[in-house]
Amino acid sequence: MMAEKNIVNTIHDTLWEEMKADDRVLILGEDVGARGGVFRVTAGFMDEFGEQRVIDTPLAESSIVGVAIGMALHGLLPVAEIQFADFIHPAFDQLVSEAARLRYRSNGDFGVPMVVRAPWGGGVHGALYHSQSIEGFYGHVPGLKVVIPSTPHDAKGLLRAAIRDPDPVLFLEHKKTYRLIKGEVPDDAYEVPIGPADVKREGQDLTCVAYGLMLHYCLEAAAKLQEEDGVSVEVVDVRTIAPLDRQTILESVRKTGKAMVVYEDNRTYGAGAEIVATIAEEAMFDLDGPLVRVGGPDIPAMPFSGPLEHFYMPDAEEIHRAMKELAAF
Amino acid sequence: MSQRVKEAADRHSPLGLTEDDLRRMYRTMVTARLCDEAQFRLNRQGRAPFVVPVSGHEGCQVATAWPLTRGKDIFVPYYRDMAVCLVAGMTPKDVFLGVFGKADDPSSGGRQMPAHWGSRRLGIISGSSPIATQVPHASGIAYAMKYRGEDAVVASWFGDGATSEGDWHEALNFAGIHKLPVVFVCENNLYAISVPLSKQAGISELALRAEGYGFSGQTVDGNDAFACYEAMKAAVDRARDGGGPTLIECMTYRFHPHTSDDDDRTYRTREEVEEAKRKDALVIFGGYLKDVGLIDDDGIESLRAELKAEVDAAVDEAWNAADPDPESALRHVFAEES
Repeated sequence: MMAEKNIVNTIHDTLWEEMKADDRVLILGEDVGARGGVFRVTAGFMDEFGEQRVIDTPLAESSIVGVAIGMALHGLLPVAEIQFADFIHPAFDQLVSEAARLRYRSNGDFGVPMVVRAPWGGGVHGALYHSQSIEGFYGHVPGLKVVIPSTPHDAKGLLRAAIRDPDPVLFLEHKKTYRLIKGEVPDDAYEVPIGPADVKREGQDLTCVAYGLMLHYCLEAAAKLQEEDGVSVEVVDVRTIAPLDRQTILESVRKTGKAMVVYEDNRTYGAGAEIVATIAEEAMFDLDGPLVRVGGPDIPAMPFSGPLEHFYMPDAEEIHRAMKELAAF
Repeated sequence: MSQRVKEAADRHSPLGLTEDDLRRMYRTMVTARLCDEAQFRLNRQGRAPFVVPVSGHEGCQVATAWPLTRGKDIFVPYYRDMAVCLVAGMTPKDVFLGVFGKADDPSSGGRQMPAHWGSRRLGIISGSSPIATQVPHASGIAYAMKYRGEDAVVASWFGDGATSEGDWHEALNFAGIHKLPVVFVCENNLYAISVPLSKQAGISELALRAEGYGFSGQTVDGNDAFACYEAMKAAVDRARDGGGPTLIECMTYRFHPHTSDDDDRTYRTREEVEEAKRKDALVIFGGYLKDVGLIDDDGIESLRAELKAEVDAAVDEAWNAADPDPESALRHVFAEES
């Protein structure tokens, strides 16, 4: 059985099923209870599962994560919600110094089976503090898994995998894709493993690596390039930022000989830099063209005003232009 | 000095402490002191690159750890809590396996600096160096205990400096909201490395902060093990009975610098340190044991000799234990396939 759903409904339904199936799973965060989350991901949860399992926390992100770590250390499977990824920074210490290091520093004695969900990304007039990309900060930290589903199918499978994972998973949901992206979601209980990237469109001439909203812009640009110019673009969905699936990316690049990476974070030191560096290190002699990065400009944040925001965000048109240029190289 | 009264007031029986408790508490305090002396000796010999002293805190640590039930309750200590961890079940050999960074160091297999305690088997949660980050973990563990309907309690220890951290306030706030089975124990030695309490807080009694989070706080003389035990026992019982959290502030003093890398002469007078040593909890507790006839001066000397031999043997065993395999540094980033 299948149903067409958008991403926000998929995450709602998957969490609901997980809560039904295992009473070790509980939710904590700001406004997750009576309000059902500002994006309505946990709408109806408090009535169904009660205040003990759907915890409206004080407005204090460090302790949302810190308390979740404690719960995970004592037999629960907490799913913490940070209302916007932009507000996760007070919890950086808990994520980086604690969650990511507990297993390592205890020589494998302790583990933190915790999921931290956070809506991220721009294009919604969120301005400086409701648009940020944070995957670069946390992808840099061994011990943390950073996952970004971009389709409803992957959102369900990856969330199930994240809740079952014995280690901390930062689960990033691009908020512009929440209601924009719809797709078929199987009813059965499947997992999408954390780790493997996924080829979302097969092609021969050029590899385009992306995740989040940008993945969809890349697919749009690739379709247009095929239609107009007969250029065949392979689009690789990273899906797991860390640990990065180098193999799938490299296999694609070795096949096509050309590679570009698209991400909406500001370019410098972002996830795209790591992907490009990996290709340069491992597949230099398979390349028939320069490595290309399309990303946000190196300004502190995404501005509010429409024209300014548009200037910041890469879009299908800009990506199409870059693809066409690289294909012609 | 006046003659001690032979029929000393019995302070332990009303608290439910047996003579066996008193003997074992004293042994643990002396063991911690001797481990401290040994680790500083090793540091000066160049065999221990970095050590964290406990001396001065043994009385309040042993007394506040004592009411917890091993195997059921959870210990969330900070790096100065050697004596807490000895109560929880660590041994002098465990201490020195950590000091030397050996493969069998139970806390971390030689990965962390010494005194970053942890042991799943003993219910000691692994700690880090950033201050107060463990306190929200204690609140989360307490929430899980309550959620699972366990008859268990968690205690978290920290210094006075920790009470300035946001994590500390957030943890107490969460515990207060949910009336969690947790006891917060502040070992207030008046200095956060060099910064005195007057520059750390606008109040003089840190226990007052509990009220802001909806539960009670109590300041006790950290050199009086019975006062510490009494406050802690009541707090643990209250937590177990569903009465929620308590903050206990033990006024204590650290006799050594913050760590082997610190020089406390830059911020404390020698007179102040010597004055504090005259109120040593270990001496006061030993004095009580003498007063109630459980030990005499000879007994104290022979106990010290016996425990020193144990500590020295532990040092030798730990020193001769295997180092970690260098390549093992790559392990345990994530769970390994079993």
